[in-house]
Amino acid sequence: MAGNIIEINNLVKNYYIGTPNELHILKNINLNIQEGGFIAIVGASGSGKSTLMNMIGVLDRPTSGTYVLDGVSTSDMTDNELSDIRNKKIGFVFQTFNLIPRNNALKNVELPMLYAGVNGKERIKRAEELLAMVGMGDRMYHQPNELSGGQKQRVAIARALANDPAILLADEPTGALDSSTGRMVMDLFHEVHERDGKTVVLITHNPELAEEAGRVVTIKDGAIIEDRAGRGKAEV
Amino acid sequence: MFLKENISLAVAGLKSNKMRAFLTMLGIIIGIGSVIAIVSFGNAISSSVTDAMSNLGATNIYVYVTARDSDTYVDKFDDSDLISMDEIDKFQEKYAGDISGLSVSQSGESGKAVDGHNYANVSISGVNPGYEGINNIKTEKGRFIRDNDIKGSRQVAVVSDKLVSNIFKGRTDPLGKKVNIETEAGYTTYTIVGVYKYESSMFSNNGAVSAKDTRTPLYIPVSLAKEDAENQNYYQFALRLKNGVDSNSFTSKIEQYWNKVYKDNTKFKVQVENAENELAEMMSVLDKVSMAVAAIAAIALLVGGVGVMNIMLVSVTERTREIGTRKALGARSGYIKMQFIVESVIICTIGGIIGVIFGLLLAWAGTSTMGMKFVISVPAILISVGFSMLIGIFFGYYPAKKAAKLDPIEALRYE
Repeated sequence: MAGNIIEINNLVKNYYIGTPNELHILKNINLNIQEGGFIAIVGASGSGKSTLMNMIGVLDRPTSGTYVLDGVSTSDMTDNELSDIRNKKIGFVFQTFNLIPRNNALKNVELPMLYAGVNGKERIKRAEELLAMVGMGDRMYHQPNELSGGQKQRVAIARALANDPAILLADEPTGALDSSTGRMVMDLFHEVHERDGKTVVLITHNPELAEEAGRVVTIKDGAIIEDRAGRGKAEV
Repeated sequence: MFLKENISLAVAGLKSNKMRAFLTMLGIIIGIGSVIAIVSFGNAISSSVTDAMSNLGATNIYVYVTARDSDTYVDKFDDSDLISMDEIDKFQEKYAGDISGLSVSQSGESGKAVDGHNYANVSISGVNPGYEGINNIKTEKGRFIRDNDIKGSRQVAVVSDKLVSNIFKGRTDPLGKKVNIETEAGYTTYTIVGVYKYESSMFSNNGAVSAKDTRTPLYIPVSLAKEDAENQNYYQFALRLKNGVDSNSFTSKIEQYWNKVYKDNTKFKVQVENAENELAEMMSVLDKVSMAVAAIAAIALLVGGVGVMNIMLVSVTERTREIGTRKALGARSGYIKMQFIVESVIICTIGGIIGVIFGLLLAWAGTSTMGMKFVISVPAILISVGFSMLIGIFFGYYPAKKAAKLDPIEALRYE
């Protein structure tokens, strides 16, 4: 039995603390995610799922509660330590791809490794392998504005995997894509999950996609209201 | 930290928007360009003036009679107020150990050397043998005026090579030939005993319209010139010191000497002018002026720096999302800061280098039109490029810090 890669205990996030319009975005969240799992976090907009994603991605600090990622507590970390955690343990995939403009596909995939201090030759070799793996081997030297949405997202996934992170954290990864390219991107997530055993956390408001995950967590008004197994891929 | 990647990234960014990059650099280009142009131009003037002054005998010491009261208007000297040759000889004898040469002269009339259709403009100057060394006369053929010429008041002359080429056209050896000089007073004939090389300087074209008409000095024995002169005594003489004699202490020593000689003269005194000091003073004033002008030009640099800062701030705002992404991918704040500072430094350095080239071209064009020596000042170039790098750091720091402090969540959400 694999251990938990993510352990969130009594996590609270408030905004505008101490003012009359103090907001309680996350209320006492407890969530454990098993290593190698594929979990979907669903909820309507304003439910707090984006804030939860920011917490899991250590882009933000909780007001109270603890978050242990891959056996390490993030509570007392400095900003630089959190940067390093994002760099090495988390692979971000964004709805809007967020490739760095004026940097070709290869350079984009190299970037997290650059921040990690991997040397040039090794960086290029690994970036080439990753781009080949996501089916972008023939477009390595293309600029982001020369790529289609689906191609951009595949480059972004290759980039997210660059430092072999503990989790792949995807925020509406198919939100800006049409259904067939969205399907291809989802298949890529399944491939990475099944073949490499990578933990995938998928944030979405699309219930159909969420059901593809092994586990579906529903969040509403800052609290988890449902936590169950996924129903599997929809039959086409 | 990741310097190489940052530089190539910044260069790629500049290339992708060449017009904007150029306009951003323009302030730095103009600033550095004008500083370099002014400094180079100032150096060219300094070296030209130094050359000209040493040719004119600025390393000499001049002794001359002047009114005690600066308000006294001197239109005519009385021989009794002037320095006699005997007094000069006595003085020279006393300081023979310090003085290497002494020159007296009496300017005569201007005129024309004529020989048939050929002519050459001259100005007659009565001189002594010491005149040659003190005024850097380069006697090419024959000899200069000698003591015997003066004693005998001989009708001899030392003429310029220009006169020789105008009158004799290279046909004969001018030495020993007679030359007729036509002045307002009439004709005089001199025997040429020497030819010197005439050197024009930026201070002495003598109003000639063409090179052929240039008026060159014709040197005759001073005693001969004195025959037609109003005063038989001298109101000034020049001297040069032997090597190793300190000009400042010597100046005060002979000031005392002449004060004693003139102590009974209520109207006049003798002034000693040490041109070396004055040249040094003049050069330092010139340096200060060119420094001040360069400092004013440096204000353009400041404006350029503010322009760079402005564009960097725009760039940070434009790239907010990129900054958010970089932070999400694990870039530490320090790295983001570094990225923007490197970009700003590169803009300023490239601008500085273009500015140096632009400034040098400007100075070169200016000095060559004015016929001056063009001197490249390596320290000025290095300081300018270094200073533009500093401007890059200084004006890039605030935008870079702003970029580094962006909240990644806000930045990622930025539209």
